[in-house]
Amino acid sequence: MSKCYKNFPRRLVSALLVMGVAMSGAQAGDRAEKYSGENRGKPVQPAQVNAKFQQECSTCHIAYAPGLLPAASWRKVMGGLNKHFGSDASLTVQENKEITAFLVNNASNRWSASTAPLRITEAAWFKRKHDSHEIPPTVWKNPKVKSPANCAACHQQADRGDFSERHIKIPK
Amino acid sequence: MFREFNVTLVLALVVVAGLISAPAFAQTPEEALASIQSDAAKANSGFKGFSAARGESFFKTKHGNEWSCASCHTENPATPGKHAKTGKVIQPFAPSANVERFTDPAKVAKWFKRNCNDVLDRVCTPQEKGDVLTYLLTVKK
Ligand code: HEC
Ligand code: HEC
Ligand code: HEC
Repeated sequence: MSKCYKNFPRRLVSALLVMGVAMSGAQAGDRAEKYSGENRGKPVQPAQVNAKFQQECSTCHIAYAPGLLPAASWRKVMGGLNKHFGSDASLTVQENKEITAFLVNNASNRWSASTAPLRITEAAWFKRKHDSHEIPPTVWKNPKVKSPANCAACHQQADRGDFSERHIKIPK
Repeated sequence: MFREFNVTLVLALVVVAGLISAPAFAQTPEEALASIQSDAAKANSGFKGFSAARGESFFKTKHGNEWSCASCHTENPATPGKHAKTGKVIQPFAPSANVERFTDPAKVAKWFKRNCNDVLDRVCTPQEKGDVLTYLLTVKK
């Protein structure tokens, strides 16, 4: 497996992206934006963690680091907790306020697109990093993975926001 | 002036007393059951007590939606469960296997509301909650 071959599709995608942005003209600015602006910030949990967030947002899945989505996404997620991806995850008004503030204050600082997906797994950066060049399609069908949102199935330190390659182990 | 001081003092005492008594809000699972029982008696004048058998069947049966309580809390609530959608491990549900269960009234209320909504599209009645807890209290480790 030569590095060169592995990188070719990436280069092609980048080239196409650059061309696309260039063609879409003035408003896109003169620099090709990574992932069309749908870029994550720091995946690590902020140094100043919020106890309410840790407690309330880690009961059904890992506490997703706030830097993985833009502020507008977090506002949307927090505005619809009573119908949260098929589950009722509602909070008291006070809890909701405190957690929303924490998420919004620590949201992705590199997201420049006007989009605000509800899912981390719908963002362009995520799709690119988890496309079929990186992960064979059969992996997603493994019952141990269940869902792309199940970060911890592959990222062993996902709850701490450590997604480095050292800690990736694709389940067999 | 003197009166104002008194008011402040009283307020301070109230706050301190509140802080001291805060841990007393914690309850035992039996106290949780007693409080559900008083709700049940208020809601229904013909209330005839709770039944572990009815609670078990309520817990293990689907009620029109995709999940039953057992889908996440397992058929044997003395063992760890697993969130049916996300796969995340859930600590055992029976108080005999998990001393924290049913000791925090706010947590109990929050999750009854959420999970009953997922399983039944409505809140659970005091009868249903009491039956389930009565069943759980019979589950041995
Ligand atoms: C009652 C259970 C429950 C609680 C509590 C909960 N969630 Fe979720 N959450 C879910 C489920 C179920 C999904 C969908 C998982 C899937 O598709 O595999 C989800 C998915 C998500 C996703 C999208 C993941 C992706 O990229 O696909 C985000 C973001 C999220 N939750 C944020 C939060 C936040 C913030 C909180 C705390 C306020 C929270 N959740 C609390 C059940 C819950
Ligand atoms: C099926 C396994 C799998 C799942 C599930 C998964 N990932 Fe990954 N992820 C990978 C692999 C493999 C890579 C390495 C890709 C590469 O080499 O660039 C990766 C890379 C990453 C990176 C590094 C990208 C970068 O910018 O360097 C981040 C961040 C990441 N994943 C976050 C997540 C999050 C957040 C979730 C859950 C919402 C998730 N992943 C779910 C397998 C997975
Ligand atoms: C989709 C998964 C799921 C289903 C279905 C489900 N629960 Fe839960 N339940 C959870 C999770 C997650 C928690 C919180 C995590 C924890 O406390 O370990 C929880 C906690 C609870 C608690 C809090 C108990 C305590 O004091 O710690 C109660 C009460 C409860 N559930 C009742 C029910 C009842 C009644 C049903 C059926 C009507 C039900 N649950 C169905 C996932 C579920």
